[in-house]
Amino acid sequence: MTPNLHLCLIPLLPLIGAAINGLLGRRFSRQQVSAIALGFCGAAFVMALWVAARFSSLTVPYIEHVAPWIRAGDFRADFAFYLDQLSLVMLLVVTGVGFLIHVYSVGYMWKDSGFYRFFSYLNLFMFFMLTLVLAGNYLVMFIGWEGVGLASYLLIGFWFTKDSAASAGKKAFIVNRIGDFGFLIGLFLMIKHFGSLNFTQLFQTVSGMGVEKDEAGLLTAIGVLLMVGAAGKSAQIPLYVWLPDAMEGPTPVSALIHAATMVTAGVYMVARSHVIFERAPLALMVVAIIGTLTALFAATIGLVQTDIKKVLAYSTVSQLGYMFMACGVAAFSAGIFHLMTHAFFKGLLFLAAGSVIHSLGGEQDMRLMGGLRTKIPWTFWTMTAATFAIAGFPPFAGFFSKDEILWRASRVSLVYWGIGLFTAFLTSFYMFRLWFLTFFGEYRGPEGAGLGHGAGQHHDAAHSDVPGDGGIHESPRVMLIPLAILAVLSVIGGWVGVPGSLGGSNHFGKFLSPVFHSTIPAAVSEGMPPEERTEGPEPTAGARQELLYTTVSVGAAFLGLFLAWLLYWRRPELPQRIADSLGGLYHTVLHKYYVDELYGMLVVKPVVDGSTRILWQGIDQNVIDATVNDSADSARHLSDAVRHMQSGNIRSYAGWVALGAALVIAYMVWMGVQ
Amino acid sequence: MVPISYYLVLSGILFGCGVVGFLIKRNIISIFMSIELMLNGVNLSFVAFAAQWHALSGQVFVFLVMVVAAAEAAVGLAIIIAVYRNRETLNVDQVNLLKL
Repeated sequence: MTPNLHLCLIPLLPLIGAAINGLLGRRFSRQQVSAIALGFCGAAFVMALWVAARFSSLTVPYIEHVAPWIRAGDFRADFAFYLDQLSLVMLLVVTGVGFLIHVYSVGYMWKDSGFYRFFSYLNLFMFFMLTLVLAGNYLVMFIGWEGVGLASYLLIGFWFTKDSAASAGKKAFIVNRIGDFGFLIGLFLMIKHFGSLNFTQLFQTVSGMGVEKDEAGLLTAIGVLLMVGAAGKSAQIPLYVWLPDAMEGPTPVSALIHAATMVTAGVYMVARSHVIFERAPLALMVVAIIGTLTALFAATIGLVQTDIKKVLAYSTVSQLGYMFMACGVAAFSAGIFHLMTHAFFKGLLFLAAGSVIHSLGGEQDMRLMGGLRTKIPWTFWTMTAATFAIAGFPPFAGFFSKDEILWRASRVSLVYWGIGLFTAFLTSFYMFRLWFLTFFGEYRGPEGAGLGHGAGQHHDAAHSDVPGDGGIHESPRVMLIPLAILAVLSVIGGWVGVPGSLGGSNHFGKFLSPVFHSTIPAAVSEGMPPEERTEGPEPTAGARQELLYTTVSVGAAFLGLFLAWLLYWRRPELPQRIADSLGGLYHTVLHKYYVDELYGMLVVKPVVDGSTRILWQGIDQNVIDATVNDSADSARHLSDAVRHMQSGNIRSYAGWVALGAALVIAYMVWMGVQ
Repeated sequence: MVPISYYLVLSGILFGCGVVGFLIKRNIISIFMSIELMLNGVNLSFVAFAAQWHALSGQVFVFLVMVVAAAEAAVGLAIIIAVYRNRETLNVDQVNLLKL
């Protein structure tokens, strides 16, 4: 008998906080609102820690049935929660990083009039995200999946009076919906063929099936459909377009939802479904290819962005691509490892960027920054840690996770490795570009630092009044403490997964290996390295080779640093010259490869035109409205004609009665004659 | 013996006269008389059938109708007098206070 952990409390606690703040928050002071929000979110975190502490004494997976939900025939879907190593890692990341971002938001949003609304949404998001992570079947996961989409919509469009924010929220919601459609069809397929959505039951059934190596079959179809869902939620090609626009939301939202937690839901889902993917090499290949392409594609766009948050947004898309690449080469634990370290350093990058924006009173254009190193030292140092982590410098967190992905990818195909390596170089380059542009050189902004010059055009318009006449200022302590904690995590977070080739033993991979334990006995012969490979003592030759690969990728990171230093510190006039000489190519990248325009032309415009001309003017106005109007008109005309009968004149009524009686009699006589 | 059809035709004519009178007359008293005419047309057919079938129920029915008609006449004439006192007219088209 395993102890009852009351797992359902973990998601419910933030929900209570969301309800209290959402319903009553208007009357509360800011202190009360933040106490409630932080209290319930923190309680969830404490409970997650408590669960983690008791984890070793549990029989894994630990399943908790809360209540029956759908029971139709043989099909059953209950409110059930599922805890294993994978969900535990996600649980800690979500509650931990989420709590830190809650703390940060107190400082960041202090002056916003929607303070209580913001925290209510944040807590609501936590509820859905934790539901997603702890779900015991795909249907409960789907609740969380849709719910985080809703919370994301609400938070992106938080400043809904701004048109761009409102439409960014809509865009995110609609693009996500396309992905959800694929996910949902995948679920239907599972119900139809396996009759269950419970993880335990489903994976047991699938475990009995063979690998679809020769021809694509059911599992491949399910896998690809799940990937469509994951691509929507995790912003992969071709559905990544919503994430950069989502930067319209407040910066803590970008950190929490669009970097650390929600966008990783797709990775989590793919990793959770690894039993299916392992048996569908084609689906796995789709995942790997999409991940690799996205990583490269987004990184190139990130090179030329000038908005500090947009750089980070494309960087997020690119890093998510890495995670999918890892999943695609069946290195699920490496993907989750990167997910975790990415949550630390990307959350930190966004929060630090928010701190920069805060200090400049809403300025987001990096061309108008510079020289902030001495003015906001705390932000600078924490951001430095994050930058080195994402660029993959040892011994920062990003190094270990990225390196493991690249190593595992190289075992499957050198193409993945090559593109991944190049992307690592690009990542290093654009991150240090951001770093140099923001913190080094001369301050290029207008005098008086971000004093409301055209506040409306700023992203975080709410902050245009913050600096007042105080000039550039460091953020309050409530914002700096989360930065510092995340900075520490960005530095040491990777040490849990030091690979064997560097003298470590990859504790992280070992911890997760029971989850990703390959269920295919002959996996090695399929050319897919099973997870156990990271566990056992590596053969020396392999270790040496891995060390070589590691050296190369660190080299790439240094090359990126050097180039960024050269272009944005030594010779700041060079980038413009290079951009001019590249001409069209530069403009293509600057305009994000015109993908938005392409989608606008191929998808949005036909849909809008079709809706306008056919559905609105054609069907709605000419058929539906016309039917209603015409029937109303004909009723009016008919009653206009017959209303004269109702004269109120008794004798005319009597006449009608007599006429009617005469008709009845005539009819009966006629019938009698017949 | 006079065939029943004669009675019925006469009854129909009386009833028809009553209906037409009811419809075209404007004087309340004329209308009242038309109603009596209709009642008596019907009475005629009742008694005709009663004679034809040697059944008393038709005749009983006629007595009932006559009693009701007498009562009606009493009430009706009282109403007419009341109307005339109030409106100083017997034209039904002008007695239309309840009409919109």
